[in-house]
Amino acid sequence: MALLEVENLSVAFGAFKAVDRVSVSVDAGEVVGIVGESGSGKSVTALALMGLIDEPGRVGATRLSFDGRDLLTMRERDRRQMLGRDIAMIFQDPMTSLNPCFTVAFQLMETLRIHEGGSTKALRARALQLLRDVDIPDAERRLDAYPHQLSGGMSQRVMVAMAIACNPRLLIADEPTTALDVTIQAQMLALLLKLQRERGMALVLITHDLGVVAEVAQRVLVMYAGQVVETAQVPQIFEAPRHPYTEALLSALPEHNIGQRRLRSMGGMVPGAFDRPAGCLLAPRCACAQPRCRAEQPPMIGDAGAQARCFFPLTQHATARVQA
Amino acid sequence: MSESNIVLQAKALAKHYPVSTGFLKPKALARALDGVSFTLTAGKTLAVVGESGCGKSTLARQLTMIEPPTSGQLLLGGADVTHADAALKRQLRQQVQMVFQNPFASLNPRKKIGLALEEPLAINTSATKVERSARARAMMARVGLRPEHDARYPHMFSGGQRQRVAIARALMLAPAIVVLDEPVSALDVSIQAQVLNLLMDLQDETRVAYVFISHNLAVVELIADEVLVMYLGKVVEQAPKHTLFAAPRHPYTRALLASTPRIDAASRQARQVLTGELPSPLNPPSGCAFHKRCPFAVERCRVEVPALEALGGGQQVACHRVAELG
Repeated sequence: MALLEVENLSVAFGAFKAVDRVSVSVDAGEVVGIVGESGSGKSVTALALMGLIDEPGRVGATRLSFDGRDLLTMRERDRRQMLGRDIAMIFQDPMTSLNPCFTVAFQLMETLRIHEGGSTKALRARALQLLRDVDIPDAERRLDAYPHQLSGGMSQRVMVAMAIACNPRLLIADEPTTALDVTIQAQMLALLLKLQRERGMALVLITHDLGVVAEVAQRVLVMYAGQVVETAQVPQIFEAPRHPYTEALLSALPEHNIGQRRLRSMGGMVPGAFDRPAGCLLAPRCACAQPRCRAEQPPMIGDAGAQARCFFPLTQHATARVQA
Repeated sequence: MSESNIVLQAKALAKHYPVSTGFLKPKALARALDGVSFTLTAGKTLAVVGESGCGKSTLARQLTMIEPPTSGQLLLGGADVTHADAALKRQLRQQVQMVFQNPFASLNPRKKIGLALEEPLAINTSATKVERSARARAMMARVGLRPEHDARYPHMFSGGQRQRVAIARALMLAPAIVVLDEPVSALDVSIQAQVLNLLMDLQDETRVAYVFISHNLAVVELIADEVLVMYLGKVVEQAPKHTLFAAPRHPYTRALLASTPRIDAASRQARQVLTGELPSPLNPPSGCAFHKRCPFAVERCRVEVPALEALGGGQQVACHRVAELG
């Protein structure tokens, strides 16, 4: 049985559906990547899973379960117990996610005190061990540092330490490396993977960077305008994408256009709240759109391992043609 | 490359900022930019690559004459900027324009974009209001915006469109050089491709030279002609694009390339994760600034600062061990 099972998760703000019937399942110890451009609903999906959507947002799902327990019918108190302990999250900007008024030790110990408790001395020792686990050099000294005394990479390590404090079984990382430099990003990804392997955690990695997903994830979900448009294993999804959007994203990457005079780019932009097309959401931008695509919303088509929300998914042959 | 095509020359450009370390304590000196030299030719793109704190943006501030350099020389189309009087500087500033990273912050939210585009003309030229408006609308069409958008405010545009406005504004005075400070890093992949294509089209049309500051090596590999890799205010490697990407020589350049996530397993290089972080420019390490993170550092690297040496083919590297490491 999957660790996290989500079926038809929707998040609406008024009439606008930021997340539209997203289904995901994550197995224990699995690394799943969610990619998409800004506004595709990937962060909102994560926030909804963590129960962090506030009014006026409305969250709905036909099924939302973690480790066999139903999050939809669970009492609010039990749910709060579970979030932060069994499911933890890391946010994009480490500089704004730490509280500037308190030391690193205080913030780490707060998490531990709420979920596990213990004497101050024991908590401090655990906090120190956590900082060592995330490879922070000179950890004793960093315990009493304030966030402004840490670099971006160090702050993000502290955030990771806080997230893994209670040995979560699922870690959701929302753009954990976007604000970091390339060499620090490589360190952070190596650290997350090391922790994931050592602790057998499942990791959901949300990012806009296809390269990061290709290197780290086992399975990928591609989101567009609030919907999952394709899901498949790595590296198949990168070698033979089936949804035209995935294909267009890949061929717009600079690294796939070296030696070309111009990049292949998809015209137009992601539909907003008021200009959502009636049929397939990609239809106005899609090179292969047919009359049916403009009239009807396609369902997810394919077997459980590889699905695409497209009436006319690209075959390997067609992919080669579009790329040529 | 003929002499007359050179639009910009930097010779040992340096900028040191005094930094207060506390009351009555002597001021420390942050060497944000320390002896950078290069030449830029019309119609070409020089990419400046490095991590945050390496001096990329300080370099941009010197090139755009926002700040005078501490030492060194900057020649714009043959005229010496560093010793120019106010009138000449005013004239030279029209030659260098800038596009900033974040199009959400670089446009005045209270100004309609038509007016934002006309402002450089109003300040620097004697064009009439009608002429200014006509030129602004023509420029909007050139960057792929509809001319009737000139009465809109920045918040009515998406990120990609705003960056088009910022590019249009930079080109209003037909500058010889545009300094682009991370122009696409705030944009999504599909929008990034559109904006990069626009930049390349505009360069073909106008022969404008770009100084393209970026941390994204994949983008640099696509758009640059020549690449400058910086570390802690110094150039560690400089080479034509093809040489740099095919045969990087400095250990830092190699680490940067290896750290960049790649889609295709074949183009991925053995993951060599650099330890540590960029040191503080207030308290740089002795010798080679990179030695504390360099896997190949020897005693000499701790003591002696390596000079930039030419290796032939336009490639220059500042590393003591470049010959041994191959």
